[in-house]
Amino acid sequence: MELTTILFYLFALVTLGSAATMVFSKNIVHSAFALMFTLMGVAALYVLLYADFLAATQLLVYVGGILILILFGVMLTSQGYTLSFKTITVNLIPASLISVGIAALLIFAFLTTDWTISEVAERTDTVYDLGMLLMGDYILPFIAVGVLLLIAIIGAILMSTRLSAENEGVS
Amino acid sequence: MAAILIHAAIPLTIILVYALVAIWGERKIAGFIQDRLGPMRVGGWHGWAQSIADLLKLIQKEDIIPTNASRFLFKFAPFMMFAASYAAFAVIPFSSAYIGSMINIGVFYLLAVTSILTLSVIMAGWASNNKWSLLGGMRSAAQMVSYEVPTIATVLTVVLVAGSLNLMTVTEMQAGNDTLGFLPNWLIFQNPFLIVAFIIFFISILAESHRVPFDLPESESELVGGYQTEYSGMRWAMFMLAEYADMLLLSLLGATLFFGGWNSPFGDFMGGPAWGFFWFMLKGLLLVFVMMWIRWTLPRYRVDQLMHICWNILIPLSFINLVLTALWEVIF
Repeated sequence: MELTTILFYLFALVTLGSAATMVFSKNIVHSAFALMFTLMGVAALYVLLYADFLAATQLLVYVGGILILILFGVMLTSQGYTLSFKTITVNLIPASLISVGIAALLIFAFLTTDWTISEVAERTDTVYDLGMLLMGDYILPFIAVGVLLLIAIIGAILMSTRLSAENEGVS
Repeated sequence: MAAILIHAAIPLTIILVYALVAIWGERKIAGFIQDRLGPMRVGGWHGWAQSIADLLKLIQKEDIIPTNASRFLFKFAPFMMFAASYAAFAVIPFSSAYIGSMINIGVFYLLAVTSILTLSVIMAGWASNNKWSLLGGMRSAAQMVSYEVPTIATVLTVVLVAGSLNLMTVTEMQAGNDTLGFLPNWLIFQNPFLIVAFIIFFISILAESHRVPFDLPESESELVGGYQTEYSGMRWAMFMLAEYADMLLLSLLGATLFFGGWNSPFGDFMGGPAWGFFWFMLKGLLLVFVMMWIRWTLPRYRVDQLMHICWNILIPLSFINLVLTALWEVIF
């Protein structure tokens, strides 16, 4: 077997295994760390598809940013870190029915679609191409996303300053 | 396959040799700054074999895992931390003849991979099931996430001037000696805003690699040892190795971005791949030396001062600097 094939199955195994751990783990911090392995596995799969920029973004944004926020949220909201809060299983029957239904739908779609399989072309200039596309054809969505993020940041600052002002008793 | 392994082994060898020298060097520097001699006995001349003796001692030590620790995460964290800083060495151009991987996103990959370091610190802190460890881990995460912003902004400033994310290309364009007639064409001499960028970058990498004055995650007087309190033996040594590797990585990144990487300061004189490696390591180790010097000179900041420096001073300054550099590039 080729090295890339072995790597693909390895990373696929890591992704699926850690995703299963994330869902079935009773400890919420363990789930969060399992999510980290899932995200890293997906990033590795991106690399195998020559999407290096996307892979690095995945690491920077999801692993380096969002996951740390999740961990912070989990650790700071539980009452004292020693009391690990447990997840419990509720709505067992409807949940399993819905997930089996969705799984069946996905498998059906996967099997019946006429997939066109193309050879993955090696790309080296991903950043350049991406930059040209973002600054050219997709300039409007790019700027719209930028404005949206700016609004979100301003909102977050406004909310946090209002909260801290109330806490300190300053109007 | 063999080629990949050899490629991967070169930075590893450099890190291991460097770590042995740097740990000894740090103790000697600490000694000299505090008017003592530091390690003197092992190996003869100025105790040069002290780190090797320490390493042999650490290998023999018992690997203690606390009963209530989360075993898998506790065991895994030190290795993940080292893997993250080691992986980042893949895009560092050690000389004109050697770079681990010529990927186009070079420095972006480096920043992305080193963000895993934060997670491994939280992992170690949480898995130890110890209050000091958890506090250290949380402090570290807050610190590293905050200081990532000015680091990225200053790196972006350099990328803006250089026009490439590939560190090899960034180094190649700094060759030659014609700035103002005699200075090397290093980026730090190219425009005044890059000097400001370098200062912000250096402060940020001090914080990112947990060095004094920003060593709150492991401040021994308040937190015992921070996230590494419960670790012993080789797992603790892995943390130490990762920390020193991280210092070297960020210093080498600084040398590449601002001080011409493997370019000789004398133009073509003493050029070539082997001299290139020498110059590159010299520049990197000089920055590492400055970090050690600062460690034994300055006191530690408080948590609120740390956050104030980052969010109120460095981040606005780095963004203003970025815009001004862009203006400079447009005008000149």
